[in-house]
Amino acid sequence: MTGFSEYREPLRKERSSVFNVAVIIGISLLAILFRVYVSRFVPYLQYLELPLLVTVYFSLMWRSPIAGLLFGAAIGLAQDSLSHNPLGMFGIVKTLVGYFAASMSLRVDVGNPLLRLVLGFVFFFFHALLYWVLTRALLGQTLQLELVQVLVVAILNAIVAVFLYQFLDRLRITG
Amino acid sequence: MEFFLNRYRNLSILVAAILAQLVLLAYQVKTNGDVRLIRVWAVGAVTPLARWIETGRSGVSHFFSDYFVLLEVREDNKRMKAELDRIKIDNQYLRAELSTADRAQSLAIFQKQSPSKTVAAHIIGNTTGAGAKVVIIDRGSNSGIEPGMAVITPDGIAGKVTKVFAISSFILLVTDQTFAAGVISQNNRVHGTLKGQGYEGAAKIEHIQNEQKIDQGEWFYTSGDDRIFPKGLPVGEVTTVHQGKTEKEIYVSLSGFKNGLEEVLIIVEGVHMPIPDAPVTNQAVHLLAPPPADPDATPALQPSQTGPLSTDADRIKEHWRKVGEQQNHVYGERGNGAPNYNAPAKTEARPENKP
Repeated sequence: MTGFSEYREPLRKERSSVFNVAVIIGISLLAILFRVYVSRFVPYLQYLELPLLVTVYFSLMWRSPIAGLLFGAAIGLAQDSLSHNPLGMFGIVKTLVGYFAASMSLRVDVGNPLLRLVLGFVFFFFHALLYWVLTRALLGQTLQLELVQVLVVAILNAIVAVFLYQFLDRLRITG
Repeated sequence: MEFFLNRYRNLSILVAAILAQLVLLAYQVKTNGDVRLIRVWAVGAVTPLARWIETGRSGVSHFFSDYFVLLEVREDNKRMKAELDRIKIDNQYLRAELSTADRAQSLAIFQKQSPSKTVAAHIIGNTTGAGAKVVIIDRGSNSGIEPGMAVITPDGIAGKVTKVFAISSFILLVTDQTFAAGVISQNNRVHGTLKGQGYEGAAKIEHIQNEQKIDQGEWFYTSGDDRIFPKGLPVGEVTTVHQGKTEKEIYVSLSGFKNGLEEVLIIVEGVHMPIPDAPVTNQAVHLLAPPPADPDATPALQPSQTGPLSTDADRIKEHWRKVGEQQNHVYGERGNGAPNYNAPAKTEARPENKP
């Protein structure tokens, strides 16, 4: 009897996208730089979590949980390095986001804009909630979680994600 | 075991990655240390890029401002005479120069006047922390910056240095929720602790008992108790003061952020200063000479020429005193009745105002 996993592997490989290494590094760096630099001049843009959106995108498109979690860990640690907090906070959160996004991509059509909108929203909310939990639990800090604000920002990020992902689709080599 | 790892390969790697980062976190929290190498790599990769972008942005911004100034000049040329145009252009140019140079100049003047030794720095970016008020400046250990140094502007305190790299540093702003500094009130010399609130412009003063006196509009200065900020630097003006359960709830508008935050000064060698007695004046205000006395005005409303009288009540009292003197009336004497208050008091001859 043939198991599901035996079919899943070739299917995943067929559908997974390939990107140029320079594109991956460039996009990741730009996403972090955007967070560092652009938000300084347009304060409202600080709510745009580009490193997270980029993590979700690459994890969805690669369809590999290991690649997703490693990419999430790398971009999370880079974000941690440029923050005031100890290293590992964003790292852990984005590792989980990368893993779950890639796991999700094995079961759904990641090219559907509506689905991307929903995934963008869900992962932003998950990211904010988990970061808040970790900050309280591991660092003992009382970071305020304004649920309504998080929901609104999650919707905005999800909308941006749809357009951003369409742009990033053009940078694919295959897939 | 091998079967388990193969079967759950993804999950095993996930658990390993999370565990590794948890250990990293635990190490940092327990030792209060930092994994400097990773930070140095990240900052080293981002800071030069941020500097180039900042340089590019300034260049483009200057180009466009010059372009629009020229456009304006062309329109003026069509409407006005050449002579008048030239004067206008000169005027505009000087104004633009003044406005751009104003901030840097005030910083330079303050730097010269301040007894503390300071290093000027430019803010080149924000950090990536969620909700954290931390910025990156373009000065680091190469410029003599060390963690814990105070950061100020000519208007007041701005924050403190938390992490230092070769060519850049992180500044924890006064508005961050984790920021704290020792402060003292100007009038009553009450000591308290300044705490950031996570939003721009305002902060809270804690640890001041209800019994202690703080007035609205009173200024707070650094007390020097925290061993970071030298004593006597302006912090802000009290906007709200309420009685709490045991401690007062005091909010101040931070003076250091009044004119934006683009350039800052890092205090390399701090010098304590006395708390000034006079209220803080942000800029020099030119006061005209008092207007000449109006001879037709009623004497009761005229300020007295002698003594330190200043209010209307003082002037009315003075008027009644003169009325009493003219009518030989002694106030407070039994059976003396009251003088005629409506009788005009004789005023002293005023010196003529020379043109």
